[in-house]
Parts: sequence; C-alpha cells; structure tokens
Amino acid sequence: MKTFKYHILSLAGALALLTSCGNNNGNSGSNSALNSSAAEKVYVAPGEQDEFYAFMSGGYSGNLTVYGLPSGRMFKEIPVFSQFPTSGYGYSEETKPMLNTSHGFVPWDDSHHPDISQTNGELDGRWIFINGNNTPRIARISLTTFETEEIIEVPNSAGNHSSSFVTENTEYVVAGTRFSVPIPQKDMPINEYKGNFRGSLSFISVDPEEGHMDIKFQILMPGFNYDLSHPGRGKSHGWFFFTTYNTEEANSLQEVNSSQNDKDFIAAVNWKKIEEYVNNGGGTMMPADYAHNLYDESTHTATTTMKKEVLTVDPLKVPGAVFFLPTPKSPHGCDVDPTGSYIIGNGKLSADLTVHSFDNMIAAIEGKKFDGEAYGIPILKFEDVLAGTVKSGGLGPLHTEFDGKGNAYTTFFISSEVVKWKLGTWEVIDRKPTFYSVGHLMIPGGNSRKPFGKYVVALNKITKDRYLPTGPEMEHSAQIYDISGEKMELLYDFPTHGEPHYAAGIPASILAPKSKKIYRLDENKHPYAVLSPDEARVERKGKEVHIYMSTIRSHFTPDNIEGVKVGDKVYFHITNHEQDFDVPHGFAMIGQNTSEILVMPGQTKTSLWEPKKVGVWPFYCTDFCSALHQEMQGYVRVSPASSDIEISYSLDGE
Amino acid sequence: MKSIKMKLSIVLVMLLVVFASCKNETKQETTANTQDTSEAPASQKGQAFIADDGSTPNVLQIAIGSPDHTTLVAAVQAAGLENALVNAGPLMVFAPTNEAFAALPKGTVENLLKPENKEILAAILKHHVTAGNYSKKFLKKFTKLGQADDTNVTVEVIGDDVFVGGAKILGSVKAGNGIVHVVDKVILPDSN
Repeated sequence: MKTFKYHILSLAGALALLTSCGNNNGNSGSNSALNSSAAEKVYVAPGEQDEFYAFMSGGYSGNLTVYGLPSGRMFKEIPVFSQFPTSGYGYSEETKPMLNTSHGFVPWDDSHHPDISQTNGELDGRWIFINGNNTPRIARISLTTFETEEIIEVPNSAGNHSSSFVTENTEYVVAGTRFSVPIPQKDMPINEYKGNFRGSLSFISVDPEEGHMDIKFQILMPGFNYDLSHPGRGKSHGWFFFTTYNTEEANSLQEVNSSQNDKDFIAAVNWKKIEEYVNNGGGTMMPADYAHNLYDESTHTATTTMKKEVLTVDPLKVPGAVFFLPTPKSPHGCDVDPTGSYIIGNGKLSADLTVHSFDNMIAAIEGKKFDGEAYGIPILKFEDVLAGTVKSGGLGPLHTEFDGKGNAYTTFFISSEVVKWKLGTWEVIDRKPTFYSVGHLMIPGGNSRKPFGKYVVALNKITKDRYLPTGPEMEHSAQIYDISGEKMELLYDFPTHGEPHYAAGIPASILAPKSKKIYRLDENKHPYAVLSPDEARVERKGKEVHIYMSTIRSHFTPDNIEGVKVGDKVYFHITNHEQDFDVPHGFAMIGQNTSEILVMPGQTKTSLWEPKKVGVWPFYCTDFCSALHQEMQGYVRVSPASSDIEISYSLDGE
Repeated sequence: MKSIKMKLSIVLVMLLVVFASCKNETKQETTANTQDTSEAPASQKGQAFIADDGSTPNVLQIAIGSPDHTTLVAAVQAAGLENALVNAGPLMVFAPTNEAFAALPKGTVENLLKPENKEILAAILKHHVTAGNYSKKFLKKFTKLGQADDTNVTVEVIGDDVFVGGAKILGSVKAGNGIVHVVDKVILPDSN
C-alpha cells in the first residue's frame, strides 16, 4: 500500500514536472526571446527585400517555387515538369516540346531535389537543376530568366530519386535510380527481379558555357534501390556517394522484405576514374530511347531531339571505381560535410547517425581491407570506414545540412525535430521541435563548400493545426530557425506550395543583380515574330491560319479578323512589343481547348485555337496591363467550313 | 517504513525545488511573450495536443483511453514521447498492461519514472515501438523486428500465439497511425 502511494506520488511528480518545465529546452521562444524578437528577425519592411532566395521543390506540383528568406514570402512558381496555365507553359506551341518524353507528352512530374550550380564547390548562381522523379528527367532552370531551359530524360531509370546533385564545378549533374528495372527494358516475370534487375547511376555532363546537358555515361549497378546522393567536395572531389536500401533485392512488400538486412550500403563511386575510362574508349553503347528538350531564348522556342543510344559502364570493368560502405538500417539521407571529410548516412529506421570518414575509406581501399563483395563490388568493413556515431536520441533521422562552422543539423521525421551536432566530436549541441514530421532541411549553401549558416529552413510534411484549416488538404509547412547562435531559435512558420522535398538557398546579392527584366525585341529570332506592328498580318496555308499579332498597351494588332472557318487550325503568334519591365500581355480566346498564354516584353508565344462553332468570337488580354486593359480585345469571325470568305483583318483601326 | 518516509520527503523536497525554479522560468517566459507572439507552453505543443474528434484514434489516444494502460501512459508522458507516438509513422506499439508493469521487480517502475532516468525510460519505451503496421497474423512472417531504440526483438510463434521479445500478444487495436498490440510483459532490451 505504501509503495503504491509512493508510486502515485512520484508519478504525479513526474507529470507536474513535465507540465511545468519538462520540455523547456524544446521551447524556442523561451530564453532567447528575452534578448531578441523573433518577429523583428523575419520582418522585411514594405519596400525592403529579403536576404536570401530559397528555391523549394514542388513535389507533386512538378514545379519549383521561389521564396524569400527570412520573410517566407513566395515570389514565383517556376513551371518545370507540369503544364502551368498561369503562364501557358506546356500549353503554348513553343513550350509544349519541353514536356516530350519517350512515352509521349507527359504533362506532370514529381519534382524533388533542386541544386544550384557550383564553381569550386561554391554556389555560382548560374542555374538550378531539379529532378523529375516519376518519368525520370532532369531539368535545368536559368537563374537569370527563372525559366526552365532544358529537360533531359534519363533512360534505364525509374523513380529518379537520388538526383539531381551537382559536382563541385558542375562538371556533372547526377541522377540515380530508386527503382531498379530490367536494363534494357523487357517483358519478364517480376519475381525474377533478384540478380536480373539493375540500377543505373547517370552522370550527365553540363556544358560550362551554356549549361547544356548530355548523358556522358551510366553505371549499371546491382538491383538495389539508390535513394539519395551527394558529391564529394574538397579532398573527396571526384567521388560521389549514394545511399542504398533493399540490398535484399526484394520485389514485393518492401516495407517488410527490404528491411531484413541490418546494414545496407553507401555506394562510393570514383567518377573521375570512370570518366577517364570512358574518355579512353571504355564503356558499351546501348540502344536507348530518350528525349532531350532544349529551349532557345532567342527564338523563345523549345525543340525536342530523340536520342537513340546511351553509354553504359559495367563497374566491374573499372577496378577501384566503386565500393560499398556498410551503413545501418536502410539509410536515406546521404550528405557530405563542407570539407569533404565526412559522409553521413541516416538510417531512417534508426535512432543514430552513421558518419563515415573519407580518409578511413581511402586507407581501407589502399590496404585492400575488404569484407566480401556484392556482385563483384568490394565491401569495406564497417568499423574501418566509420568515423563516429551520433547518439541522437531522436527517431527516424533523414537529412543533414551544414553551417560551415563545424556543425551539422539533422532532421528526425518521427520525433519531429532538428538536432544540431558537432562534426568530429559527434556531440549533440541542441535540439528543437518542428511542427510536424520534418523531411529535408535547407541552409543556404548548406550542401556546398561554403554554407551561409544564418538560417535553417525545416520542410515539414505534416501541417495539421499550424494554420487556419482548409479542409482535408493543407499546404505543407516550412519553419525558419535562426542558427547564428549556439542554440537554434524558431522564428516563423510559412506555408509552401505542393510538397517541398528539398530546397536550395542562395544569397540574394548573387542572383538579384543579374535577373533579367525584359527580352530585347531586336534580339527576337522567333520565326513568327512581328518586330514592328506594320508586319502584323494573317496568312492562310490550307486549313492552317497563322495570325502574326503584336501587342502594346492597349491593343492587339490586328484586332478584328475575318475569313476563319470551322475546322481550321488557328495559330495566334503574339509578340509583346513592350520593352518595359514587368509589363506582360496575356491572350485567351473563347472556347479554346488550352490555357491562356502570358507573353513577356519582347517575347513571342503561340496559342492554338480550333474553332468548332460559327459566330463572332472575342479574345482579350488576360493580364491587367494598363489603365485601358479592359479595352484590349478583338474579334474573330468564324464562318462555316464551306464558306468562301477570304481572310481579312484590321490594323490599327484601318 | 522509515526508508519509505525518507524517500517520500526527499521526493517532495525535490519537487518543490523543481517547482520553485520552474516558476521563475515561467515568469520570464511570460514577460518575453508579452513582447512577442504568445506561445503555448512547450510541454503541450505538438501533434499530440491537437484537438481532433474526427480522425481514427492514434496509438497514443488508444493507450490513454485504456484503463489497463495507465502505467504505460504515465511512463510515456514522463519520457516526453507523446509527440513521437502521434507521428504519421506508421507505428506498431506493443503495449504492456498495468499488470505487466506491476510484475516487474519491486521499485523498478518508480525508479524509471524519476526525472533523472528519463532517457533510460524513453529507451525502454522505444523498445516497444516498431516503425511498421502489421497484424498479429502478419507478424508470424517475421523472426525479428527492428525497434525504435535501435535494437531488435525476437518474434516467436507458439501455436496460435505470437510472442514479441518474450511478451505474448493478448489483443490488438487498429489505430489511425498504426496498430497497438496489447502484451502481457514489459519487453526489456537486455531480455533478447
């Protein structure tokens, strides 16, 4: 009885303790708020600008969104893999080719991991790359126009997840397959997966001047799942690291069957060695089928080239190029610290973080200290490559970024927190809750040699009560923390569009000065451009009607068109003659089976209309361009297919 | 008898000290909060404290609602694991009954509930959690499970019964974020 009372008392005590101050170390606002105001730190006054750009992947939106930090204000959604009616991307005739693949026109994807181009391991702000996860593709976006300029499909890949990370000088953007598949694809029983499916790791070269992408080689690896990757940097430049899971090669119910091994691998790839091998004629050219879509800024037009072969490399033919580093518990995140010394693999079913040492790895390789092999690829001994273990106390570690001051920050999905720890000593310095279930996190430059360690943004998967409820579907929640001090301080929450997986940040001072304001009309090489309003005209070519149209505040030239017939294909080629920053014009036609288009100053875009009904049909400008925007309109007279009315049109009221 | 009294008074004194120090901190917080945005106390923040009557109860809510699991719930709260247990998971919790806790050597639970043992308690509780969602029937396919404390538990099938880390599954309740299997023993990490 006495023991029982005592029990109750200590229980009550423990509860009281918990309620009064048990989690105080988890309260970001408690002590630091005395000295500083979180509100002040994120407040960007009207007319002022943010210190950083943040590019957040859109996940199932297929796009990339641009935010300011620390304010959390969204500036733009850049369409990448998805049709985007807001601008007409993927709807206009010029941009439709961007979404071509070997499977035909694919108007959507699942965008995951943006990465900004680097020079000497530092952000150079020329381009940002992002992967399409579903129908494997890599996109390159210009950071002067903030437009998608190039998309290359990745053959022999499926679930393009360990992508799109760039090497230290943007020599390559790398894309690894999450799902292994038959290579080349063929009709075969699924239960013969083991030993027959393979995983490809694609090294896509990037032209240093134009950024144009080309698949230099694909390494054909055992049929594991290649989950995430990061390049070596500094001393480990020339290597690339990929986490793997399902080294069991299970083909069904993976949630059980791919977690049977206590350890999976981090694959360490010496890409310089393989590059040398292929430069000397190594590798096997294999038939393939993939699209390469390139947008030309001077013609404002994208073209698709179907590629028919790809160079593949059997890793066993390049001794010393690929090794496996055993890593516990289905590792997910694969991150390399700014010095290139440490490779961090976070077992997503683990509580601890595994840190491998690059130096230990090289020593083990040189000493040939192997612990068996998998499909001929040497496995290093776990103990030999291990640098340390971070005993975090958290649950479900996913991803790590760095502040450049010797600290690392790791997210924990299940225990919903960011944990700050010290490289080298592996001690935990601070932990702060996130709301809720954080996936990736981002420090501007936090995966480069030169991080800007002022803020970390946690990209949370679950929102629940953080904002006013909007029905069952909620936008995801990001949270920004000040990491300039010893302890992290939660500053602000803001909603993000789609499902941001990863993000990339860069100081505004690098990008803002070179952001393009207009396209020069005198540099417009579009074949249907009208460079002066007196070139505006309408031409019939059989069933096709081409309308060469110009716009300026506040009218279309021509504005009234007759002689169009039911069954025609009518192309409106619209050139925006404005040469004034931020004055686009839009165009939409009644009953058109497509979206509007938005035409930037100096640009030409084409909108297709296939009239089905006789009548007089209006079109208008969709962008509130001027005080006389409401007057910016025109008519097309549509006559029966049998009609013999000739094409005619009015120019500037004549 | 005497030792119990002494223990009691020590605990009480400790609690008072803790209360006193906390009060002070709470005050500071209030001052700070008047300048900034007001925030709920950290101990009541997180997914575990969202009012939601519409969704299927999660594993934590199931445990809280069970009269046979008051000791487990108290332990979860003492270890500060509420928010982890309401996570999207999926989570499979092996929930020892009050009787299972009472069967432990005298003083074990009391000792574990002491604030200084919070981490040990958390590790033991995490030993009862798997990232997964498997029915009792499906569990028969396994020989071991990897638990949230980074160690494994054995899975044994004897007749129709499934034993996890030596503890028998008595019944199962599906949860919004996983499943709760009620077990007849506390699964201690070194027992495997």
